[in-house]
Amino acid sequence: MTYQWDFGPILQYWSLFRIGLEYTLGFTLASAIIGMAAGLLLTLARRSGWKILSIPAGAVVEIFRCTPALVQLVWCYYALPVVLGLSLSPATAALLALSLYGAAFYSEIFRAGLDSIDRGQWDAAAALGMTPITMMRRIIMPQALRRMTGPLVSQVVLQLKNTSLISVVTVPDLVYQGQMVSSATYKPLEVYTTIAIIYFLILFPMTQGARLLERRRHG
Amino acid sequence: MAREPLMIDIVNLSKRFGRRDVLKDISLGVPQGNVLALIGPSGSGKSTLLRCVNLLEAPDSGSVTIDNHTMRFGAGASRHRTNSMAAFRAEAGMVFQSFNLFPHLTVLENVMSGPRFVRGRSRDEAERIARPLLERMGMESFADTMPERLSGGQKQRVAIARALAMEPKVMLFDEATSALDPQRVAEILSVMRDLAQAGMTQIVVTHEMSYARDVADTVVFMADGHIVESGPARQVIEDPREERTRTFLKHFHMGKA
Repeated sequence: MTYQWDFGPILQYWSLFRIGLEYTLGFTLASAIIGMAAGLLLTLARRSGWKILSIPAGAVVEIFRCTPALVQLVWCYYALPVVLGLSLSPATAALLALSLYGAAFYSEIFRAGLDSIDRGQWDAAAALGMTPITMMRRIIMPQALRRMTGPLVSQVVLQLKNTSLISVVTVPDLVYQGQMVSSATYKPLEVYTTIAIIYFLILFPMTQGARLLERRRHG
Repeated sequence: MAREPLMIDIVNLSKRFGRRDVLKDISLGVPQGNVLALIGPSGSGKSTLLRCVNLLEAPDSGSVTIDNHTMRFGAGASRHRTNSMAAFRAEAGMVFQSFNLFPHLTVLENVMSGPRFVRGRSRDEAERIARPLLERMGMESFADTMPERLSGGQKQRVAIARALAMEPKVMLFDEATSALDPQRVAEILSVMRDLAQAGMTQIVVTHEMSYARDVADTVVFMADGHIVESGPARQVIEDPREERTRTFLKHFHMGKA
């Protein structure tokens, strides 16, 4: 018995896939931006030298690094509203979980990047009379960002793949839409093949780009 | 003899790293326009003392004065805000053993970095300060070069220009020639000598004993966080009073001036 592949019926639902793709890309972009901003704040808090900031920030990073994204997502959707006493829409819970999960990893990338800058750079900038903010902005960050680009792109790639989890809380991303199409056409093999191809077409150029950046840095 | 006004005044300065006393109640003054050479074995605390003058290391107690700006530390002194520490540092230029040029900026931008990012000058104004300094250091043809392409001696000349661009009241040299090839040492020492002749107050941590003897007004010999001996340069180097100074100086061969 051989399976007869037939993508015809699936293409009829192309608009559903398009909506799913928009959600996937939108959530990736939003959670990457919020995650990087939050990750930067976490890193600065951890390095501030004030225990009242550094200890909680360190705890947040470790909690989100050491629990699965799927568990965080489900927890944000079902348990967090109980804790806070307010209801969160699936999209809000999903964005919150993905952003914080990303923030923990972005924070680690920022920390490693800053630690890689030679101590003499901080000394020289301080000796000129730069305030800590100016030093970060003008001297340290421009150097650290160059080193962090590759790892940051890799993390965004992971972040995009992680958005597939939000289908669990009924956000209509690519996977969720695929499930809809699948139940309408009874063609799950074709549906998941299509989804896999779409993910690959987006991510392959990104990973290649990251590799190029890495190579240029070492070259 | 009238006492010259002090440009740098260090009073009862102490610093510890963990349980180790690195500086024990150090007091010394540098009159305006004088050069003070700090010598001593490694681990004697001379570099830490230099880094305390511009607060790269915050002293645990005592005070540091540059011109008429005093920073007090320890019991009874209020905690200093990072921005007031930064403003204090801006009055002292510092040159490091490892150059520490900013690798993402060109030579010209390195020299402009103080005026632009600390003084808030425009690009044009900063360039008008930086270009003559590069010329003075013989580096004007390297203005658009990235630091990684320079030799050690060239890097150090740019680093000196970068420090001077802040129009500092004093210059601090932390083993500025120790990472250089022997033939480059002389070129940096001659730049430092020119600065001294132009009246720049300096504290120089150095292993170049002939430079200390010939250019410095005062030589201070440190060991174990103490000042062991201090006096006129020629006397301390050629005829030290203390046995420890004599033992230390035996390791150096000096050409006669």
